Amino acid sequence: MRRLALIAAAALALAGSARAVTPDEQLADPKLEARARALSQELRCVVCQNQSIDDSAAPLAHDLRVILRERLAAGDSDKQAVDYLVRRYGDFVLLRPPFQADTVALWLGPLAVLLLGGTGAALYMRGRARAAEAPLSAAEEAQAARLMAGRDEGG
Amino acid sequence: MRRALALLPVGLFVLVLVGFMAGLRHDPAILPSMLIGKPLPAFALPPLKADQAGLATADLTGEPVLLNVFASWCGPCKEEHPTLLRLQAQGVRIAGVDWKEEPAEGARWLDENGDPYMRAGNDRTGRAGIDLGVSGVPETFVVDRRGRVRYRQVGAITPEVWTQTIEPLMTRLKAES
Repeated sequence: MRRLALIAAAALALAGSARAVTPDEQLADPKLEARARALSQELRCVVCQNQSIDDSAAPLAHDLRVILRERLAAGDSDKQAVDYLVRRYGDFVLLRPPFQADTVALWLGPLAVLLLGGTGAALYMRGRARAAEAPLSAAEEAQAARLMAGRDEGG
Repeated sequence: MRRALALLPVGLFVLVLVGFMAGLRHDPAILPSMLIGKPLPAFALPPLKADQAGLATADLTGEPVLLNVFASWCGPCKEEHPTLLRLQAQGVRIAGVDWKEEPAEGARWLDENGDPYMRAGNDRTGRAGIDLGVSGVPETFVVDRRGRVRYRQVGAITPEVWTQTIEPLMTRLKAES
């Protein structure tokens, strides 16, 4: 059991570093390569859409990784290199969508729902607390006494 | 007032439900093209066979044309091919981009299955396809006289796609000056 856990842990540790990036894609300059890795983790693969191009083994993801590295090697800034791909594939390739007019609902929607739900919950709780605090009317007192008496007889 | 407030969550739920139902009808593989309304990116591709002409952006102006990205290794392309041949026979102008393979492979495929293209170029590295924002094959771009992309078809052109979407658009584009 202990050995199994050890193997599983080792496999998990290895899996963390296993990426689709192949050695022949990598740039000789470790600084540029690090920038390329960081950027490609933020870019969506348009073939397997829930993977970044850094993760994806799709041939198109390979091509895009190579292009990204070419741009960086040619002296592009991070933004220029990413924009190069956005011009071709749209904002959709950004795994972190930009905050702009057509993404307002995406970014602020959850906050709006939380506020709405929170307000609703707060109002409800306040109403309940107020009802609990209110003293019983005379009629209610009498009813309560009757109920208690009835219970005594039954018990 | 209180009753209306109590119904509010139900209303919101229905709204969200309708939104999700609409989302289910949308094929996530079909992404919006960045090229709609814009000129084709510049490319100059070598031919599939040495004695033929290649395909450059400038070849795609003058008359509305379909720019079809294909590959011999692509299954749906085979499915689409008879439709393209039929369209060519009807006089539709189709240009081809042979994507991510050796020119000889594309040439052999056209020899075996018929050649629907007025011109075709080989994009061995796939760069022209990436400039077009292609995410797979087949994809087809409807290009107007002035060389602007007007529509992008992701996946095979089926007879339905042709009659319902592309043919009406081509008719409209032909009427444009």
